[in-house]
Amino acid sequence: MVRKIAKPAVRKQDAATRARRVLLMVATRKGAWLYHGDAARRTWRADGPHFLGHVVSHLVLDPRDGQTLLAAAKTGHLGPTVFRSTDRGRSWKEAARPPAFAKAAAGEKGRTVDHTFWLTPGAASAPGVWYAGTSPQGLFRSEDGGVSWAPFSTINEDPRFREWMGTVQDGTPDGPKLHSIIVDPRDSAHLYFGMSGGGVHESVDGGRNWKPLLNGMEVVEGFDRADPSFHDPHCIRLCPSNPDRLYQQNHCGIYRIDRPSDTWVRIGGNMPKRVGDIGFPLVVHPRNDNTAWVFPMDGTAVWPRTSPEGKPAVYATRNSGKTWQRLDAGLPEKQTWWTVKRQAMTADALDPLGLYFGTTSGELWMSRDKGRRRACIVRHLPEIYAVEAAEL
Amino acid sequence: MKVLIPGALRSYTEQGEAEASGATLAAVLADLDRQYAGIRFRMIDEQDRIRRHIRIFVNGAQVRELSQPLAPSDEVVIVQALSGG
Repeated sequence: MVRKIAKPAVRKQDAATRARRVLLMVATRKGAWLYHGDAARRTWRADGPHFLGHVVSHLVLDPRDGQTLLAAAKTGHLGPTVFRSTDRGRSWKEAARPPAFAKAAAGEKGRTVDHTFWLTPGAASAPGVWYAGTSPQGLFRSEDGGVSWAPFSTINEDPRFREWMGTVQDGTPDGPKLHSIIVDPRDSAHLYFGMSGGGVHESVDGGRNWKPLLNGMEVVEGFDRADPSFHDPHCIRLCPSNPDRLYQQNHCGIYRIDRPSDTWVRIGGNMPKRVGDIGFPLVVHPRNDNTAWVFPMDGTAVWPRTSPEGKPAVYATRNSGKTWQRLDAGLPEKQTWWTVKRQAMTADALDPLGLYFGTTSGELWMSRDKGRRRACIVRHLPEIYAVEAAEL
Repeated sequence: MKVLIPGALRSYTEQGEAEASGATLAAVLADLDRQYAGIRFRMIDEQDRIRRHIRIFVNGAQVRELSQPLAPSDEVVIVQALSGG
């Protein structure tokens, strides 16, 4: 009798242990890697490189099936594509129809997708739906799990949006981006996205209509705040524990918005003045909407985009942005000039939470204690563009 | 006709040479894409322009337009320029 009782208990324990394992998805300038963590998140088994030599901008696991991976890829010399795996990276197949702009009418100059930059799985209620943001800015949707993609909504050809998107000369050095595509977990018709540059936009009718969401956001001095063209959101995150709250890391500071308010509040003003509130990535706590992390960078003069003063640090707020705490334990203390790109910092959903970031120098760092102390878990990768975490 | 495939695209064809048919370069590339799904978009963008680092030669002469007429005996060579690091 005792043995009969003990056996299911062991199986239950195994199941709990298995559920705690974290998969890290690392996209780099020269390919992609998967890292499988042990139950304690102390050792990581490398699986890669995948697509060696490809520029991989984003690698994302579908949370709805835990199996499908999409990779946004291109090489420096070939056109962009999306690779898809339905067995968590054991095999890959190219999308039949990757994101591409509509063919222009005769005599008009149409746009071409340089690379797909951002991937967002659709709502839990819409299996197979994915969204993609491209450079130059374009919004695309797949309804078949990433096999075929079509322009989504009308923004790619909308004259107002085209004006706000500007040209490739108006964007970031490796091309202007459409990013931070967010689906409200309560309502799949409620969408947000950001454009660098071009502002933050919201739809409440499934993408048929969009409205700029700019109030409170600052722009570079001398430019018109009312014009979306001059707004440069770098990363926007919705709080899973409170979908009415979003945080934003912008070219001009860190912000928070609490809907239904339509005004962003700059919460980076309380960052130390010598560090500032410029940066690219932002991570929100999966269970606590008062907690968020940023990774500041040097945005002075010519924008070196390095760790301020060569001293990298994560900054955390645990009170919605009223105060910020420097978290640099375990990180190099000086002469360190890497930084972290906008998709390259993330958190898992375990308790205690693990916080991860990948650097422009190809290092992958993590903390197992909500960011208080960090350790480098992988070195010598190519420049890291994106890091995502999933619990398997 | 014979089409020589550059190394970067051999993940599609698994060999350096392919056979394709068509009366124009556009038709030959469409035939290639039917055989090797996805290969055309890596070379030709959605506006039907040859991508920046791709060059296509027919019987040794560079071709810039997809409307270029082709004969069955022509040899098409696709070249991928190398640059950057």
